[in-house]
Amino acid sequence: MRVTCKINGVERTADDVWEGESLLYVLRERLGLPGSKNACEQGECGSCTVYLDGLAVCACLVAAGQAAGRDVVTVEGLSEGDDLDPVQSAFLRAGAVQCGFCTPGLIVSVHDLLARTPEPSDPEIREALAGNLCRCTGYEKIMDAVRLAAAEAGERR
Amino acid sequence: MTAHLGLAAKVEAGVGSSPARPDGRLKVTGEFAFSSDLWADQMVWGATLRSPHPRARIVGIDVGPALAIAGVRAVLTHEDVPGRKVYGLEIADQPVLAFDEIRYQGEAVAIVAADHPETAARAAAAIRVEYEVLPPITDPEAAVLPDGPRVHADRPNLLRHVPIRRGDPDVSAPVVVSGVYDVGMQDQAFLGPESGLAVPADDGGVDLYVATQWLHSDQGQVAESLGLPPDKVRFTLAGVGGAFGGREDLSMQIHACLLALRTGRPVKMVYGREESFFGHVHRHPARLWYEHGADEDGRLVYVKARILLDGGAYASSSPAVAANAATLGIGPYDVPNVVMDAEVVYSNNPPCGAMRGFGAVQACFAYESQMDRLAEAVGVDPVEVRVRNALKVGDLMPTGQVVEGAAPVAELLRLVQGRPAPGPADLLPGGTANTTRGEGVVRGVGYGIGIKNVGFSEGFDDYSTARVRLELVGDRPAVLVHTAAAEVGQGLVTVLAQIARTELGVSQVTIAPADTSVGSAGSSSASRQTYVTGGAVKAACEAVRERLLARLGGGQGLRLADERVVDATGAQVASLADLLGGEALEETVEWRHKPTHPLHPETGQGDAHVQYAFAAHRATVDVDVELGLVRVVEIATAQDVGKAVNPKAVEGQIQGGTAQGLGLALLEEIQVVDGVVRNPSFTDYLIPTIMDMPPMSLDILELADPDAPYGLRGVGEPPTISSTPAVVAAIRAATGTALTRVPVRPEHITGTAC
Repeated sequence: MRVTCKINGVERTADDVWEGESLLYVLRERLGLPGSKNACEQGECGSCTVYLDGLAVCACLVAAGQAAGRDVVTVEGLSEGDDLDPVQSAFLRAGAVQCGFCTPGLIVSVHDLLARTPEPSDPEIREALAGNLCRCTGYEKIMDAVRLAAAEAGERR
Repeated sequence: MTAHLGLAAKVEAGVGSSPARPDGRLKVTGEFAFSSDLWADQMVWGATLRSPHPRARIVGIDVGPALAIAGVRAVLTHEDVPGRKVYGLEIADQPVLAFDEIRYQGEAVAIVAADHPETAARAAAAIRVEYEVLPPITDPEAAVLPDGPRVHADRPNLLRHVPIRRGDPDVSAPVVVSGVYDVGMQDQAFLGPESGLAVPADDGGVDLYVATQWLHSDQGQVAESLGLPPDKVRFTLAGVGGAFGGREDLSMQIHACLLALRTGRPVKMVYGREESFFGHVHRHPARLWYEHGADEDGRLVYVKARILLDGGAYASSSPAVAANAATLGIGPYDVPNVVMDAEVVYSNNPPCGAMRGFGAVQACFAYESQMDRLAEAVGVDPVEVRVRNALKVGDLMPTGQVVEGAAPVAELLRLVQGRPAPGPADLLPGGTANTTRGEGVVRGVGYGIGIKNVGFSEGFDDYSTARVRLELVGDRPAVLVHTAAAEVGQGLVTVLAQIARTELGVSQVTIAPADTSVGSAGSSSASRQTYVTGGAVKAACEAVRERLLARLGGGQGLRLADERVVDATGAQVASLADLLGGEALEETVEWRHKPTHPLHPETGQGDAHVQYAFAAHRATVDVDVELGLVRVVEIATAQDVGKAVNPKAVEGQIQGGTAQGLGLALLEEIQVVDGVVRNPSFTDYLIPTIMDMPPMSLDILELADPDAPYGLRGVGEPPTISSTPAVVAAIRAATGTALTRVPVRPEHITGTAC
């Protein structure tokens, strides 16, 4: 089948999509956007988190056909040219990136959290990110990155 | 909340500082190419058929139904392996594709290449394999007996026995505590699944882009099985989504190359999470019998112990794991009399091998549990009893090896003990599930300390190779560092650039992609890469510097700083740009740490290890004693790192390692019943989430090891080792339950286990 949707602001079309393919597969293997990651492909790890019509979802759990005609934003769509999104920058500076496999999904999840809750408490951060597994960091520097991004956003306001 | 006690940074973005990761920007934007992200023109997909049985004889394989499926390009079995049909890190005992007998559930039987991954998976499922199912050998205690059925017909099940004898084996003591402990099978659970891209080459060889821990070890094994010379099997490191030991063995490497050579097309293989659980080795489950004898003050007189490790179906690195369990098996304590026997056996359970901590983890849970029992028996505080027995410089290990450099065992314990107690938790046991409002919640505090060897041991030729090139790029000096060392997330690429900046006084440093066109760097394991490949890069930089300074008569007291040669006063002698002109200076150096020696086969005596590393933990937990739920409130860690080459990366290693130890204490176990894995998914195999992890405080000591580059000490493994017993000790303190098994389950706490 043919699937057309808006991805990171641009209308994209994938042809010869098998009905069983996920949005994650189409992004990664058909549209050249491998930033969303394939760690579990059953909605447990959050590494494939993308926005679908503004809602953060696991792209592995969305059938490609369900994304037709809708608006998808991936981690690749958060930065503009050389300008990182403040969440991306905070992850770098806080040392929240090790192997980096969980990073794209976490960045989308944190981006979503801070859009909804600009000044989250620590328990709010933990609850919001409970669906994003990281195996390298023990999460301490991810907490640091979220606090940093929130504080800097507060200064800008 | 971190205290760094030691040296200050000197060179901008050099050793001792925490510059940004060179791959960081790519990783936060999603552009970093992990091994599962690769793509090539004309690429097809590989898939693997695996045995559903843990033990069976293969009667026949019919690939016909798979070949009949449209889009299938090749179906291969053991008959299609042109070279050596088995492989392995230490002993080549694992079939590339199964022949004759299946020895574990998930063993690879056949491989398929097809145009779409779903087609490949369907084709693999269509292959007809006739099995004669056999009763699996799954009890290590039965398997170790000499007369029982064998996992491998041509060798006994006892894969290795490491005895250690020190002092008087018959000595007695007034206070005796004993216990039997069990450690479940832990998984590395790296997030990036096994994957890679094999590209057939015009010369009849193959280029493989893969996530691994040791390119040259892979290359040698793959070449043997392909029947090709190593120079026709070229490896390049693709982005690695974590490793933790689980990528030291081969997974899809030979399979992808076989399919690429057969189809003449690039072949991509990417395991799903379920397949990943069958695609790599795990941490050895263990049963450990310990008896500690002490005087009335709790000073240890003897330790007698037996450690039985289940190696599963194939050897992997089991022999070395057994040696670690034995040599490190009494912990960081000074004990005059030791009788230790560590054994590892074959079984029809999943193969076990390297995982962070490598044999030291299992032993630490047992010996630290014993130290708590001893403390209770003599009526002394748990920290105090450890301090009274703490290993120090000049003491002898049970192997007779003298402890050198630094061994701040007592100091690390005092540091974690001295940290302020955490206040009330912001989350109760059960988290946001509202299972309690605080009734039935009891707080407990526990301690643990561990010891780990750094680098490869027992006389292994443990070296790394570095190529360093200094030349002008534009008008400015720049350094290119080329090694085959695997960046697996730990930040090695950052650290190697820092070393080059410090040694050559040049800020612009590029780390070339790791591949097999340069000599081996050894494995990214055993906490060794900053030490050994860092040492190699340092040595190669020194060789370049020597050649450069030779042009100035090799002047004494000259050094490189800020792209200049300066004298002892810091005054410029020459600029690097002028000295280099259009020439490139390149040096390749093989670098070795001081040699180690084998263990005596009967007494276990010998200087087997190159360096020891220590970390201590204090865990504070809240336990809902009615529901058996645990929330870890805080973990304090103290670790000696010799020199924090990159302090932020060191912190990350300690925090991440501590989390994996917490996972073993509370959550993580591959559940194997009759040789069958019951929970191969992230739904059923639980690793700590951000809700499970507490805030962590760190004390990082920098007590230089005079034998190591910059005085550094391996960092990656020690924090994984002692956080497990610390968390369990804290639960015991809260509940009074014995808890002799990890992971601790709710029913162990409530006493309702059946």
